[in-house]
Amino acid sequence: MSKIMTMCDAVARFVPHGSSVVMGAALESLIPFAAGHEIIRRRVCDLTLIGPISDILFDQLIGAGCVRKVIAAWVGNVSAGLGHNYRRACEQGIPHRLEVIDHSNFTISLSLLAGGLGAPFIPTYSLLGTDIPRTNPAFRQSISPIGGEKILLVLSLQPDVAILHVQRSDENGNAHAWGSLGISEEAALASQRIIIVAEEVVPHQIIVSDPNRVLAPSFKVCAVVHEPGGAHPSPVQGYYNRDHEYYHEYHRATRTVEGNAEWMGKWVAEVKDRSGYLQKLGQERRQGLQLKEHRYAAPVDYGY
Amino acid sequence: MPRLWIMGTEMDYTPQEIMVAAAAREIRDGEIVFTGMRLPLIAFALAKQMHAPNAVGLFECGLVRDTPAPELLYTMADPPNIAGALWATRMINMMGLLQRGAVDLGFIGGAELDRFGNLNTSYLGNPESPKTKLPGSGGAADIASLSRRFVVIMAHEKRRLVERVDYITSPGFGDGQGWRERVGLRHGGPSAIITTLCVLGFEAAMGEAVLRSYHPGQSVASVRAETGWDLRVAEDVRETASPTAEELTIIRRYDPQGFWTR
Repeated sequence: MSKIMTMCDAVARFVPHGSSVVMGAALESLIPFAAGHEIIRRRVCDLTLIGPISDILFDQLIGAGCVRKVIAAWVGNVSAGLGHNYRRACEQGIPHRLEVIDHSNFTISLSLLAGGLGAPFIPTYSLLGTDIPRTNPAFRQSISPIGGEKILLVLSLQPDVAILHVQRSDENGNAHAWGSLGISEEAALASQRIIIVAEEVVPHQIIVSDPNRVLAPSFKVCAVVHEPGGAHPSPVQGYYNRDHEYYHEYHRATRTVEGNAEWMGKWVAEVKDRSGYLQKLGQERRQGLQLKEHRYAAPVDYGY
Repeated sequence: MPRLWIMGTEMDYTPQEIMVAAAAREIRDGEIVFTGMRLPLIAFALAKQMHAPNAVGLFECGLVRDTPAPELLYTMADPPNIAGALWATRMINMMGLLQRGAVDLGFIGGAELDRFGNLNTSYLGNPESPKTKLPGSGGAADIASLSRRFVVIMAHEKRRLVERVDYITSPGFGDGQGWRERVGLRHGGPSAIITTLCVLGFEAAMGEAVLRSYHPGQSVASVRAETGWDLRVAEDVRETASPTAEELTIIRRYDPQGFWTR
């Protein structure tokens, strides 16, 4: 059964107000910006955003007023600095107050791993002695029943939906992703549902020719959105490079509330969909992000 | 960070360049290194080409490399860092190696640091209503908790180097001797703080930062004046070695536009 639908439909059906959503699970690559922008255009609100480091996407959703709560290790702009919208929300309540549940990259991974395993918690030695458990009620300081040493219990997290950008998928949501994957797998397995956003939709035979490269079981996938360029400005290995300058432009443009409104208007509100966004980005700029060379992996033999 | 040029005797260089050179010297040959954002990405490339050809780099997005990326990295998940990697995998595998004790050295950055090497990258002021909301831990708290030792790279300003941090994001030596063991951390702690002005080290017994070397153009007095606590000075304090011409050549070949190092 085909699960192909437009981004507009996928967000309308599977990201209702108040959802808990994992995005940016691969860290600085494969960030589902097209999905985030559709969420903003649809004015979805009261979201709980879950992710490791969220390179500017969380900042945009916060600035647009879509977010009530953030469960993350880091929110900002990796190559350009702080996230102005995140700061304004936490420091001044603009556009409104935000609940922040602090994690480290390890503990957010563990909470989603536990969610995917159906386990109540996973213990770790990380963060002992830090103040992070003070600002995250989902940690318990404990003593190991085995060795008697101090441990931190990281409670499991099962988000409503994971939105994952991938290189290619079949129309049923059997998806191939490659490169560094961050917590994509943990996010997929912990969540109730998965929205796959793919650079390419390919025949089923291509996917099952290499099952080790599949991210997660397709029976958890509720929607497949074919969205070439949907991760820009983040990179997609084998498809396009990172638009470093875009992150700097965003950093400069969103310094003020007015500047942020202008940026949102230009890149989100005034474009209808991703193809409109890419048109605005322009041919020349997109060409500058193209691969300089292909580097194909050697084929593997699944013969028997 | 300040973008002043330091006038050397033979060559001019920036504070970022001497920081990269000092960071690279912290990497020993054959070590497993958890490579952080920004300057450490270049320090790893420099160390590999100078004195540590057998060092291995771990990147928390889920990468292991034994060669530096062929191009300047703006983030660790940039495509040139993935192509040719020894392993491209899940973040939890990197964190597992860290918790398992396999990582010799980790690099982290800091916004606020105190005399015991604790770092705050979360909240200035009360977390309930912060004066400044900083981005958070990322992987830094894990690196500081779990690596065998870690090195901090940061801008040196009196408001950033304070008696006690408002919030411990990444644990140093807590309140001093014996703290890490007491709270349950099994090993590790900061071994060096590389700033725009100097390099601080730690006396393991005390857990307190001491001035190990001041960069050319600085002095014990000028560094102490820019530090928010009564900074102790190592008996053998000296000037930080300037980057050599070869080191500068490698740094500039790697970052020709000076994105991170100018």
